[in-house]
Amino acid sequence: MTFMANGTLPKRPRLIILGNGMAGARLAEDILVLDREKFEIVMFGEEPHGNYNRILLSNVLNGSQDMGEIEINSLPWYKENGITLHAGKKVTRIDPACKKVFADGVVESYDQLVIATGSIPFVPPLPGTDLEGVFVFRTVDDCKNIAQYAKGCKKAVVIGGGLLGLEAAKGLMTHNLEVTVVEYNKWLMSVQLDETGGEILGKTVAGLGIRVRTQASTQALVGNGKVQSVHYKDGTEDEADMVVISAGIRPNISLAKSCGLGCNRAILVDDKLATSDPSIFAVGECVEHRGMVYGLVAPLWEQTKALAAHLTGTDPDRIYAGSKLATKLKVMGVELAAMGMISDVRQGDEVVQYSEPAKGIYAKAIIRDGKVSAACLVGDLGPAETLLGHFHKDTPVPTRRMDLFGGPLPQKLELSLADLPDAHPVCDCNGISKGAICNAIQAGHCTVASVGKATRAGTGCGSCKKMVKGLIEAVAGAIKVDPTESYYVSAVPMEKAILVAQIRKHKLKSVSAVLAQFGTSEDEKSKNGLASLLKSMWNKEYVDERDARFVNDRVHANIQKDGTFSVVPRMYGGVTTPQELIRIGEAAIKYNIPMVKVTGGQRIDLLGVAKEDLPGVWADIGMPSGHAYTKAFRTCKTCVGIEFCRYGTNDSTGLGIDIEKKFQGIEFPAKLKMAVSGCPRNCAESTVKDIGIIATEGGDWEISVGGGAGAHVKKTEVLCRVQSKGEALKIVGRFMQYYREHGKYLERTYDFVPRIGIETLQEIIVNDSLGIAEHLDQGIEEAVKGFVDPWLEREQPVYPGQFSEPIQVGPMYLAGTTA
Amino acid sequence: MSSIAPAVCFVDVCPLDNLPLGMGRAFVIGGRSVALFHRRGGNLFAMDNACPHKGGPLAEGMLAEGRVVCPMHARRYDGITGECDQPGECPVRVHPVAITNGMVRVGIPGDGLASEGAG
Repeated sequence: MTFMANGTLPKRPRLIILGNGMAGARLAEDILVLDREKFEIVMFGEEPHGNYNRILLSNVLNGSQDMGEIEINSLPWYKENGITLHAGKKVTRIDPACKKVFADGVVESYDQLVIATGSIPFVPPLPGTDLEGVFVFRTVDDCKNIAQYAKGCKKAVVIGGGLLGLEAAKGLMTHNLEVTVVEYNKWLMSVQLDETGGEILGKTVAGLGIRVRTQASTQALVGNGKVQSVHYKDGTEDEADMVVISAGIRPNISLAKSCGLGCNRAILVDDKLATSDPSIFAVGECVEHRGMVYGLVAPLWEQTKALAAHLTGTDPDRIYAGSKLATKLKVMGVELAAMGMISDVRQGDEVVQYSEPAKGIYAKAIIRDGKVSAACLVGDLGPAETLLGHFHKDTPVPTRRMDLFGGPLPQKLELSLADLPDAHPVCDCNGISKGAICNAIQAGHCTVASVGKATRAGTGCGSCKKMVKGLIEAVAGAIKVDPTESYYVSAVPMEKAILVAQIRKHKLKSVSAVLAQFGTSEDEKSKNGLASLLKSMWNKEYVDERDARFVNDRVHANIQKDGTFSVVPRMYGGVTTPQELIRIGEAAIKYNIPMVKVTGGQRIDLLGVAKEDLPGVWADIGMPSGHAYTKAFRTCKTCVGIEFCRYGTNDSTGLGIDIEKKFQGIEFPAKLKMAVSGCPRNCAESTVKDIGIIATEGGDWEISVGGGAGAHVKKTEVLCRVQSKGEALKIVGRFMQYYREHGKYLERTYDFVPRIGIETLQEIIVNDSLGIAEHLDQGIEEAVKGFVDPWLEREQPVYPGQFSEPIQVGPMYLAGTTA
Repeated sequence: MSSIAPAVCFVDVCPLDNLPLGMGRAFVIGGRSVALFHRRGGNLFAMDNACPHKGGPLAEGMLAEGRVVCPMHARRYDGITGECDQPGECPVRVHPVAITNGMVRVGIPGDGLASEGAG
């Protein structure tokens, strides 16, 4: 900060913001974030408060939150941030020529002015709107007045069946009034919903005890000093001790108009949010940009962000290009999502609908030129993310249109949270991703409010707070609560490290021995997990009890739905020979194998083999097991590399074969897939494997880990680059052993790697920061030495009945009833 | 004869040694497909070798606390009662097992014609 010769600050440009609502106050925040020193900020707010979240006003009306809870910035905040706030002062005039703003007893001059005067409630020109007991619903004072007046009332009429009207009705319900909602249109929320959706909502609303009158045209509010009834054009009337008018909003543009700024429906602004006067800007509900006037919070906040970047000079070229209208709401307990203009159906548009009337579930999408132009959802927001994704990104919709409405079920929320990628948007109002929220939680923000302060998530409409809470439980909860989650297997109450130490100490070498010593229950998954752990700990000393294995691991083949098995012989690196193919073909014919298929891992799968035929098939094929049935190293896909490919830069097939010959059959906490590609074109798809290797143009091998393309698709993260095949084998083996020792049972590398962190793995595996590299190398070498092809058990079954068909005993007719 | 025939008829199946410890084994007893299990600790039990759910081969299932876990979709059946752990699922039919002089015998529904000496 530079000081003038006389010790005062240099004169900063004065910025006046007219309006202290959702847009005005937000703009101030955005400016402070970008440059605290740039402006001397002066603000005017008509309400005598700080800034509060207007979206949550209905909660104040229904008593679920008080004013303090919905406050965003209290009065001291302005002072602390050097902002002069004239709260409760009504601005009466702007003089653009002198650059001055006039309010009750205050005159302030500006260098730049931002108008953020928002909207005013629209009061239809009806007789009687000036009666006592008639309210609009816009400010926190309206809320207080409505709640106060409701105490002496029995019946209330809400005029307007839009979002705000329904919120007002719900609020009045909590004050024990009989409430009627009057809507001019044929259905409720006619802006966001189509007729069917509106009817479903209407039924739910009626079920809550609120009377709904649609297609009702109000003629007059009648009373003697106080309102007593509402009269309609069809001659009917409703008794009303009070009336809340919620018939929409109009941009508050009188100040702008009277000082000569260009206005249409609202104040006209360009892409820099400048008005017709270059020193005056405008944001929020009071502006018209490219023909659009916005009334949702997300577009407002996009505008303030753009304007702040522009005004502070941090990004002078920043423009605001308009917003796509999309929102998720909860109205009277009904979840809704709306995007685009649902009423805008043109010729050639395709309308896709899904409805479950009994459950109040409805979904509709309008597809224009193969893209989602508008959609609405009622009752189940499962498909919301899919639809919003298409809507925002203009991506082509699935050819199977039904897939648009697929998506996670809402009751699976907690489960799916963990599965969401970090980039997944959680707070749509503020554009906050799951990753940003998780970072905040990890930094110690463990309440919804605290996360909100740190990231702004949940501070808009608040509909994502449940997800934020779920994330806090998922991220922070795992550290302290529920110890069973950390057990290696459920039957033994110990974490993996303790369990390993105890097993070593007591020299327990079989599953039954561990269970006898430490088990508190018995289940098959625990047995499988213990078997995997003991095998990796003891290698050849492991006492292999076959009853701890799943059937696939007992007969070394994958059981199919009809009880037959599949046989996948190992083909190192996916490379085979004519002789092998002939033997496979001959075996398939000899044993009447019904299907021969090429797998995704570059192998041949023989499907439909009877258990008793397994040894014969294996013997005839004369190839080792491909381990396509177990939690072990599966395959190493390769591309053809330099041997044949015009682009190949290194011997990917050679390295793939070396890897597979070395590590075949080694067990892991979960299955492990690999690939080696001979150039960055990555034809072997190395970037979606547990361990992937890609040859670089410079002759290096880039090793990356933790990818997968199954139920989840995840790209690998780079571990390191090495220069030779030998080094590659070493690093791969070291990573494998670390995963064997530290992975949880069934934890795939795409969960393991992020859990440990790629930087940590680089330190341990590549830089040997823990000094355990030698130990890891020895461990994997022992496992390599311990390998025996399980298909050799064909010679001598290891337990009775391993490969035999059911033994026939007793006379055939016994099971019949003939005497 | 038929009026006094036992509802269950015991059939010699195999010597105990032929049943692997902690596992099941499939037999066809008098034309009926039966899974026979040998628990660690020595107990035996038998049930039809077809999961009532989708016909999965129960003899290939793992044992956990006296129940068989179907290898297809992990439904669990109690070795004594045949009850399924999933509410509303059919139980599997269980059959009595006896050991006589090291020979395992299973009682299956039948008319007893082949059951001289059945107990």
